Amino acid sequence: MPQLDVSAFSPQIIWLIITFVILYALMAKVALPRIGNILEQRQARIDDNLDAAQSLRRESNTDAESYDQAIAGARENARLTIQKTIKEISVETAHHQEELSVRLSGELKSAEDLITDAKAAATKSIHESAASITSEAIKILIGEKPTENAIKNAVSSALSVPTGEIKK
Amino acid sequence: MADAHNPLEQFVIQTWIPIKIGDLDASFTNSSAFMLLTVVCASALMVLAVRPRSGVPGRWQLLAELSYQFIAKMVSDNIGKEGRAYFPLIFSIFMFVLFGNLIGMVPYSFTFTSHIAVTLTMAVAIFLMVTVIAFVKHGFKFFSFFLPAGVPIVLSPLMIVIEVISYFTRPFSLSVRLFANMMAGHTLLKVIGGFVIPLGIFGVVPVAGLVAVIGLEFLIAFLQAYIFTILTCIYINDAIHLH
Repeated sequence: MPQLDVSAFSPQIIWLIITFVILYALMAKVALPRIGNILEQRQARIDDNLDAAQSLRRESNTDAESYDQAIAGARENARLTIQKTIKEISVETAHHQEELSVRLSGELKSAEDLITDAKAAATKSIHESAASITSEAIKILIGEKPTENAIKNAVSSALSVPTGEIKK
Repeated sequence: MADAHNPLEQFVIQTWIPIKIGDLDASFTNSSAFMLLTVVCASALMVLAVRPRSGVPGRWQLLAELSYQFIAKMVSDNIGKEGRAYFPLIFSIFMFVLFGNLIGMVPYSFTFTSHIAVTLTMAVAIFLMVTVIAFVKHGFKFFSFFLPAGVPIVLSPLMIVIEVISYFTRPFSLSVRLFANMMAGHTLLKVIGGFVIPLGIFGVVPVAGLVAVIGLEFLIAFLQAYIFTILTCIYINDAIHLH
């Protein structure tokens, strides 16, 4: 068994020490710090990017919040404006209505006055024409002319009787 | 003829350049050559394949980074924060054994991890280092390691003997496990390979077996490197934290 050849031990052990020390020096001084650095930097970069994404997300969240606030404010504003306008319109309408009713009642009054005047005039003219008709009729019937006062009294007494009673 | 077919012939140390330091034989052998090749390959992967400042790693760099993270995780899982200082050493041990095993899988190459001289030297060095760490960290409190807490006093003489024996057999179990696995695997491959030509047309049967065993051997090459490394981690952890 070549493994038990003691004369071959010392070269193996000596070269093992030489080569292993070289490997250890290369790994400890060059390779591992370098790779460690690379991994660290990469991790830092990933963390940075994640942080940036996080802050962007926060920013967009605040933006969305302020947008919502603006929308809510505008909505509130619009509601108030509508309310105010409705109030104004109703006030104005009431005002107009009042004006109109005042004018209408004035016009109504003048119209009523006109009607009463016309009624009085018409009554007067009825009395006159009735008196003249009566005097003419009496003249034709009995050939004499009655006094003006007698006719007037008769006419007014006849006219003051309600129409229904004359028929009787 | 008999020598060429000897399954153990692949393990023979051949002196390529005889070197003598005093009485000491420090010849450059096939074993030395493959140790150097291991250092070159491992360094090529870990140094040359890694481009600094590359945000996105290439294939080889990814392999280097994965090895780094694999061992870094092993160290932090098994030792914790204090393991940071031993990370380069543990990483070098892993790379050395792994590349030694894997390069040994190439036909006609040499597997230096199949030699007890190599694995025992590494294991004894680790054992001495661990013991020194334990003494530096804990002084004479280190001896409490041999008496686990909660053991009845009656059992303590027995426990101390068992613990001391198990502590001092660590370098042997560590080294023999690696050397025996590598040697057995390569011998098995050679023995099965020896059947291929004499069987003629039926040689396909051992070839199929060879394919399967080579797959297994690659697994073992990695697994033994992993076991060797994780046991080193566990020993260092014992030294730092005792029980």
